[in-house]
Amino acid sequence: MTLAPLTRTRRVIVCCGSGGVGKTTTAAVLAMEGARQGRRAVVVTIDPAKRLADALGLHSLSNTPTRIEGDWPGELWALMLDTKSTFDSLVFKYAPSKTQAEGILRNRFYRNISAALSGTQEYMAMEKLYELHEEGGFELVIVDTPPTRNALDFIDAPRRLTRFLDNRIFRWLMMPTRAYLKAVNVATRTLLRTISRVVGAEVVQDAVAFFQAFEGMEEGFRQRAERVLHLLSDPATAFLLVTTPRADALEEGRFFAAKLEEAGIPVEALVVNRMHPRFARIGAGTLRERAADHAGSDLAGLYENLADFTQLVEVEEANVAELSERVRPAPLVRVPFLPSDVHDLEGLSELGKYLFDGGGEPAPVPGS
Amino acid sequence: MDPARFCSQSRLVIVAGKGGVGKTTVTAALAVMAARAGLRTLIVEVEGKTGLGAAFGRGELSYDEIELAERIRARTLTPDQALLEYLEDHGMRRLSKRLTNTGFLDVVATAAPGIKDILVLGKVKQLEREGDVDLIVLDAPAAGHAVTFLQSARGLLDAVRVGPVRTQAEQVQELLADPARCQVLLVTLPEETPVNEAVETADRLRERVGVHLLGIVVNGLYPPMRGIESAAALLEGVPADEAEPLRAAAAFRQSRNELQREQLGRLREGLALPQLRLPFLFSPELGPAEISGLADALTDSVGALETVP
Repeated sequence: MTLAPLTRTRRVIVCCGSGGVGKTTTAAVLAMEGARQGRRAVVVTIDPAKRLADALGLHSLSNTPTRIEGDWPGELWALMLDTKSTFDSLVFKYAPSKTQAEGILRNRFYRNISAALSGTQEYMAMEKLYELHEEGGFELVIVDTPPTRNALDFIDAPRRLTRFLDNRIFRWLMMPTRAYLKAVNVATRTLLRTISRVVGAEVVQDAVAFFQAFEGMEEGFRQRAERVLHLLSDPATAFLLVTTPRADALEEGRFFAAKLEEAGIPVEALVVNRMHPRFARIGAGTLRERAADHAGSDLAGLYENLADFTQLVEVEEANVAELSERVRPAPLVRVPFLPSDVHDLEGLSELGKYLFDGGGEPAPVPGS
Repeated sequence: MDPARFCSQSRLVIVAGKGGVGKTTVTAALAVMAARAGLRTLIVEVEGKTGLGAAFGRGELSYDEIELAERIRARTLTPDQALLEYLEDHGMRRLSKRLTNTGFLDVVATAAPGIKDILVLGKVKQLEREGDVDLIVLDAPAAGHAVTFLQSARGLLDAVRVGPVRTQAEQVQELLADPARCQVLLVTLPEETPVNEAVETADRLRERVGVHLLGIVVNGLYPPMRGIESAAALLEGVPADEAEPLRAAAAFRQSRNELQREQLGRLREGLALPQLRLPFLFSPELGPAEISGLADALTDSVGALETVP
């Protein structure tokens, strides 16, 4: 199996999966392959391990991609998502005036949004993807997704943010005083008074000031969010599921697959990192019997060891097969346990061998 | 160190680490070790869906406390549940539904970042104060969120200057800063990136949260296996079709062992904390039998620690 057709033909690839399964590294390898195929490719990373970030020339959060030089006919670019400044540029884009945009950026409530409103990072990752795809002149945009537990936050996030910005109560608050007194019913006023009492009036004032400053921009944001969602369900976009054969990662993988299916989005490839090698064709049970035959000797230890790994691999293969079946006909690519973490371009190239030539088969059994 | 003594160092132990390192496993093993030592233990889960119930052969946990095993009780405590309870305690029960339905809760949570975390930690503080149990083990949120979660009190103290939420934040901060009441147990894997992240998290927790660290659990170490080091000699005379896979598997384990030892060394250099070790489990299921075995290993590991007078 190979992922080469995906990087050759798609315009957007979204890598999803739980945290710690190698999503960022996989995303970087895909972008590099795109560059090798002659495309202008960019990878948007969320939280790369420091040494990988260094290898990609990413030293800080940024809003514009950095080019990575290398021996390929295309181009490879990378960026580490800066949620706040991505949001800032959206505000500038949709604010009727620069003054209004600056007013919003100064508001304390606004400054909290990118850090505190759940789903904002996810949405900004998708927004950045859309921007690079539409306006950045990139032929291939690969995006890593935040290690969220709420699996599909990045699909719900655009709508959630627009719902948030559309909050009805704040619409009332933004009306001129007289109308406001009529419109805001007693219950709402009580609610606001209570919140002020619990968290302090200034917190509520900040929020009100924000929604006032934001007035008139919701429609622009809403339309943008719809376009982003549209791109996610476009046939030029592929969702790739990254996991490891560990029970908890696979469980989250199944959850992702089900959620994507609900959203009508197919999983187009399954990458399983850190597969244990298969050493023997003999089953674990037989090996345990052999260990028993040699009970008390050191050789028994070697049989136990082989039985342990064989048993582990049998379970891993069965679990992976089950998930693979669920996302059929998505190709399955296995990446073995590597001796060290990937933190340079050479390491990414090595990893590419598994993703782009022949990584789909179970590890060969020595001596067969 | 005696396990009872280890578990009595603070009334609340927060188990923290990145996703996938085995936080939940450690939470369960620690609770079992404490319960065996005679401590009444309460497990608090803040995220749901962690599989903690399954580790004790039960279903998902809920807001209502249940007994998982002798002297071990467990419950969940999510921000929404904590808010509801907070409002009820403050005579504002009728408002809570309205807050959630109107989307207003999101607005409040954005206006005062960390408020959800404070509500959860505030409730944990209340449980700690009530003193119905000897030890509370809190399975902290995964990913980088653990630091943010514990930092919420300090953050909120900056943002909110008056009101009951501020009082709550002050009390949570007092709890976090008092090693007799609360300490953090970090969890990591003997691999490069997890080790780096553990060292980073430890620094942040000490500097930004001011919380005391109880130790670090290194999870997933290959247990020793005899014969591995002398495979070549042992395999003389074994038929080739079996010798070859035996040799390859032994070589694999040996090389993983070396990598793990190297990472343990890096961790020891980077982080001056008591190191506890848990073995890699070859069996895929995590049930009561596995947790019991891990609790044995944890107890041995604690036993090897020197008692600091």
